[in-house]
Amino acid sequence: MTTVAGTDLRAAPAVRSRATDNPQLRRLVSYIVLIGYLLFLLVPIYWLINMSFKDNVEILNQLTLLPAEPTTGNYAEILTDPTWYMGYVHSLTYVVMNTVISLCVALPAAYAFSRYSFVGDKHLFFWLLTNRMAPPAVFVLPFFQLYSSIGLFDTHIAVALAHCLFNIPLAVWILEGFMRGVPKEIDETAYIDGYSWGRFFVRIFMPLISSGIGVAAFFCFMFSWVDLLLSRTLTSTEVKTIGVAMTRTSSATGLDYGTLAAAGVLTIIPGALVIWFVRNYIAKGFALGRV
Amino acid sequence: MEKTRNNRAWFMVLPVLALVAFSAVIPLMTVVNYAFNDTFGNNVFFWVGVEWFEEVLGSDRMWDALQRQLIFSAAVLAIEVPLGIAVALAMPKKGIWASVCLVLMALPLLIPWNVVGTIWQVFTRIDIGLLGSTLHQLGIDFNIGQNAGAAWATVIMMDVWHWTSLVVLLAYAGLQAIPDAYYQAAKIDQAGRWAVFRYVELPKLKGVLLIAILLRFMDSFMIYTEPFVVTGGGPGSTTTFLSIDLVKMALGQFDLGPAAAFSIMYFLVILLISWIFYTIMMNLDRQERPR
Repeated sequence: MTTVAGTDLRAAPAVRSRATDNPQLRRLVSYIVLIGYLLFLLVPIYWLINMSFKDNVEILNQLTLLPAEPTTGNYAEILTDPTWYMGYVHSLTYVVMNTVISLCVALPAAYAFSRYSFVGDKHLFFWLLTNRMAPPAVFVLPFFQLYSSIGLFDTHIAVALAHCLFNIPLAVWILEGFMRGVPKEIDETAYIDGYSWGRFFVRIFMPLISSGIGVAAFFCFMFSWVDLLLSRTLTSTEVKTIGVAMTRTSSATGLDYGTLAAAGVLTIIPGALVIWFVRNYIAKGFALGRV
Repeated sequence: MEKTRNNRAWFMVLPVLALVAFSAVIPLMTVVNYAFNDTFGNNVFFWVGVEWFEEVLGSDRMWDALQRQLIFSAAVLAIEVPLGIAVALAMPKKGIWASVCLVLMALPLLIPWNVVGTIWQVFTRIDIGLLGSTLHQLGIDFNIGQNAGAAWATVIMMDVWHWTSLVVLLAYAGLQAIPDAYYQAAKIDQAGRWAVFRYVELPKLKGVLLIAILLRFMDSFMIYTEPFVVTGGGPGSTTTFLSIDLVKMALGQFDLGPAAAFSIMYFLVILLISWIFYTIMMNLDRQERPR
């Protein structure tokens, strides 16, 4: 027994020495790649935050790595000027509307796709995907005319409906991915126990895929929140979104960089707040539920 | 999972169908209408056949934009995919640092696209930006407004900053799914680091990388907001990509006919690529989950 162990020990160093690379060097390279990449990601964000605490005189006259005289004046301006803070309110309004609409219609549809096969199901599923992939620029002009002609131009619901174009397909795909993981026996048992479909779906099925619903809601919120093109096209005076407010500042005066930076920092916050809770599902959401 | 054949499942899909049709089919019909007709206003249309298509295809404008678009998409894919894989390999496999890395890396993905533009605008300006002024001090002519090379470098760097994390997250999710037994088998075979990557990890990453490449291709193919905010398509039209050109044509100049013809061709290209994507993905699904 001891001789067997002895030969094993003698064999092991031979393997290590024959390996072509050195584990310490490899770990060093890993750290360099990782830290270099993280720095590349964080430095531009740091610069935005840094700038948001400076006043315009300091921004334009000297480059300082930390604000020489830190000021919250830029934030105060945004939070007191209605044209600024209402931008956030308007944006949040249509984003929430869109998330609710998308989830309400996507839940039953995703259930149908995950449980049943029906005439044209594959074509329909593909057609939904094409809408996620379609360039919003193609829809700019027709949306403008469609919503103008039915009197919805410059309302929250117009933007919410327009964002359904890519958010409903996204929600259906994500939810279908989660629902596929729930065994079908659960449905059948519930029906045998006398549950109606509606009661089963709300009482039993939705709690089972609650993390999926959370992830789908997060991604609907996010993709509606990050869009500028459609929300800018479909609104003008009544509903001024935060994106519109920001692009206006940068083009019209070209000077108010402090406020612009502060407004940018404030738009990052909603994502930054919830990101920790969805960290394990981010890949799944961005890959349409297919990871 | 065995699916039940049930055509009544259509009723669950109907709300999705109705909403997406409202925000996709009706607008597309408007586009088709404009593409084959001309108007002098007052909703009076007359048929012009394929004249608009001939005009768009015959002018250099669309071909130039398409060429820039293809170069841009190819460049970002060539940088983001290898970089994304490298960073994913360098990331810690578990523990608190894995979570911290995930959260930090996902941050750029959740920033509104116009804010991404703003971040890079204030980061690369030669008077107030950290990067721009540093390069300027080093004697490099880095003026986005005048130097086409600088504008291109900025737009590509911005896209790498914004979206490489998507590739990282997908590749990381793919790596996590590889069972330990594979690595142990490789160790017994005395495989070096490169051989492990080439023959164990890369084949297992095939599925997620396919999704990553296609998502990145599609999204870079319809990029609008970020370059619009940073360069406005300039200097001249050197960074005017397809979507920027289309919006300029449709909303800036109100050239409805050519814009609509342009939209239809743009959309058909997207449809073709989506179809290839869908077919490959469904085949992979079938291989991984034998039903």
